[in-house]
Formats: sequence, structure tokens, C-alpha cells
Amino acid sequence: MAILPFFGGEPMMVLVSYDVKTADIAGRRRLRRIAKTLEDYGQRVQYSVFECSVDPTLWVKLKNQLLKEIEPLEDSLRFYYMGKNWKPKVEHVGAKPSLDMDGPLIF
Amino acid sequence: MKPLQNILYITKPGAYLSKERETIRIRLEEGPDMKIPIHGISGIVCFGTVGMSPWLMGFCAERNVAVTFLTDTGRFLAKVHGPLHGNVLLRRAQYRAADIADKSGTLAAAFVAGKLYNCRQALLRCIRDHGETPALRETEKLLSDRIRKLTSIEDCDTARGMEGDAARSYFSAFPDLIRKDDPAFAFSGRNRRPPKDAVNALLSLFYTLLVHDVRSALETVGLDSAVGFLHKDRPGRPSLALDMMEELRPVFCDRLTVSLINREQVRASDFLTNPDSGAVTLEDEARKRVLAAWQKMKQETLTHPFTDEKIAKGLIPFIQARLLARHLRGDLDGYPPFLWR
Repeated sequence: MAILPFFGGEPMMVLVSYDVKTADIAGRRRLRRIAKTLEDYGQRVQYSVFECSVDPTLWVKLKNQLLKEIEPLEDSLRFYYMGKNWKPKVEHVGAKPSLDMDGPLIF
Repeated sequence: MKPLQNILYITKPGAYLSKERETIRIRLEEGPDMKIPIHGISGIVCFGTVGMSPWLMGFCAERNVAVTFLTDTGRFLAKVHGPLHGNVLLRRAQYRAADIADKSGTLAAAFVAGKLYNCRQALLRCIRDHGETPALRETEKLLSDRIRKLTSIEDCDTARGMEGDAARSYFSAFPDLIRKDDPAFAFSGRNRRPPKDAVNALLSLFYTLLVHDVRSALETVGLDSAVGFLHKDRPGRPSLALDMMEELRPVFCDRLTVSLINREQVRASDFLTNPDSGAVTLEDEARKRVLAAWQKMKQETLTHPFTDEKIAKGLIPFIQARLLARHLRGDLDGYPPFLWR
């Protein structure tokens, strides 16, 4: 018996990296807006790399928002779908260790 | 399966939380600010002097994120409550049921039966793993006798009476669950406000955390957490949350307390005693460890005995809240308490 409502499925990890042409003001504006949108959904792990733990419904929303912001002829976005079991696939070395959003959040 | 959403605990004094777009911005006295997207967060628990902007409070209310403020020792202070949402017809059904004596009696008996069953299960687990002691066996017998009697009970006072003396007997056998022979973890019954020994300090902290979770589960399905069946209405008391907690305490709080002590994840040196009041509290670093253990415990999976779904332990309050709502709406003949296997 399914008693839990539909919540958009299990969360998956998507890595988003972007490269925005910032030669002009409009480009810098796009860069800023893309970064802000991504901050709403994920964690900035490097300057233009975000890790987003999102369920499929939320991912559709985020992706649409990103596609609206970019200028396809000048900018590039790359999405890496890491799936549900992403932790063993990621290794971090050096500064700026990331926060495990699924682990205990205690500050 | 609904993903178990995370809870954000803020324990650093002087921290300030505010809203920034869709994220919770955490400003700490030292170190850089942090931003955490609000999606994926189902609650915020603040200990001590933590500030929060009204905009974030409003945003949390809108997104159904439960916000609770506790003192730095973990005593409940306040919660942030947005506009009541959910189904008004369901709440009316709840109020009506609370006013009908035999209906609320049957529900009260169900909560108590769940509690006694789960307490007995905790004792049986211990007997199975470490052998029996006279106190464990005796209490186990008493509990199973009471559970049988509860099925025919339809008034609240009898249910309350049975709960009272079964709980007393359970806590008298509780020291036998603790396998650690350390005077710091001696336990001679419940005491609270303030807790006077290490075991009570852990139990009280976990009960407070469980109230937070149960209350937000009830309010998520649209029930009024203040109108209970077993617990009488009293201003400011989340009676329904306390009702539902009865059956979940042994599963969530008691077991974790016992295993933290037995596995030596907490030590005598982790506790501080206030020389004036005799209140025992956890030292800061230890409290973080204990909160982490609580969050980890909620991620353990089990199969729910009634719905047969594989779920994270932390979702049990949500499922029980939905089952109660179904019963109150008339879609289920009775309320099935969570029975621990």
C-alpha cells in the first residue's frame, strides 16, 4: 500500500559546469544570474562548478531556468548526471572541501 | 519512496540565519557565511542564542519547514508557525473524535498499546542479545499482560492509568538495558526539568527532537498537533504530538540512548553538571556527536509493518500521521500504531 505521496522521485546528483562569455556587460549579467540560480539548488564546489542534489522534478525546473538564462551561441553549460549512487565516484583533493548535504547538517 | 529530508541544526552561539533567494544563509561569528538551499531541508532546530530573520521564518512557514528554538541545554522554547494549512474537514473530524469519549478512548488505547508493545520489544531484544535478568523478564510479562488488556479499553483514564504504571515498571527495568558498568550512567527512574543524570539528559534531548519531528509530520498532513486524545488539551502543549510520540519513544529515543552508552559513543566526561541546579547537560562537542547519531539513526531503513513499504526510520512519524488522518477521515477502521519488529 503506497501511503506516501508522490514527491518527485529519489534525489540524484547532477554536476553542472558553465562557461559564460563575459566580454560585455550582458555576459557578466548572465554569469551572475546563472551562478545565483545554481546557488538556489546546489553547492558551489569550484568557481563555475556546482553539485546539485535534486529529485527529477526539481531538476527539470532548474534546467529550464538555466536554459532561459544562457546565450546558446556564446555560452556553454555541461550537465553530468551522477545518479543516486554518486559518492564513490567523486574524490576531492585540496582546499575547499564540500559539505555533505545528505549527511548531518550541524553548525 | 519519499526521500528523507535533512534537518539543519544550529548550535553555534551568535549564529544568524537569513533568507537569500531560495537558500538559508548561515552567518557564524567566525568563518565564512554558508548558503544551504532550502529544498532538501524539512526542519531547522536552533539551540541557544541563534537569530533568524522574519523573512526566513516566513519563507520556512510557506515551504512547510518546521522551525524550533531550544535553549542551549535542549529545552523547548518556541516554534515558528505559519498559517494553518491542510484540510479543514480533516481537522474538524479530529476535533469531533476528540470530543467523543469512546472514540478518543480507543485512540488513546492504541497509542498506549503501541508504546507498551515497543517497550516490550526493546526488552526482548536485550534478553535475546545479552540474556535475561529477573527485572527484564518480570517487566516483559507485565507489559504483555497489559497489551492484551488494552484491546478492550475504550476510555482515556483507564488507558492513562495503564500507561503510567507500565511506564514505571519499564523504567525500573531500564538500567538492565545499559550494559556499561559506570556510575556515571546509573539510572534510577525518569527525572526532567532539568534532567539530573546523564541517561536522563540524553533521553530528554531525544524526546525534544522527536517532538519536533512528530509535530511537523502531523502538521504536514493537516492535523492539529495541539488536540490530542491521550494527553488532555493544555495551552501551548502539542498534545497530539505527545500522543503519537508514546509509541515512537522506545524505537527512536530509548534505543539510541542505550546504544550510545553501550557502544561508548558517549562517555562520562561528555556530560557537565551544574553545581547549583544539579542539571546535567551535554558538553558542546559531544552534543554535536549525539545530534549526528540521531540523524544517522533516522536514515536506517526498515519495513513498515502495516504498509509493508521499505522506508527510512525518520519517515515513520509521517506514515503514522497519514494513517491517523485516514482513520479520522473514516477510510481506516482503526489507527494502527507503529509496531516495532
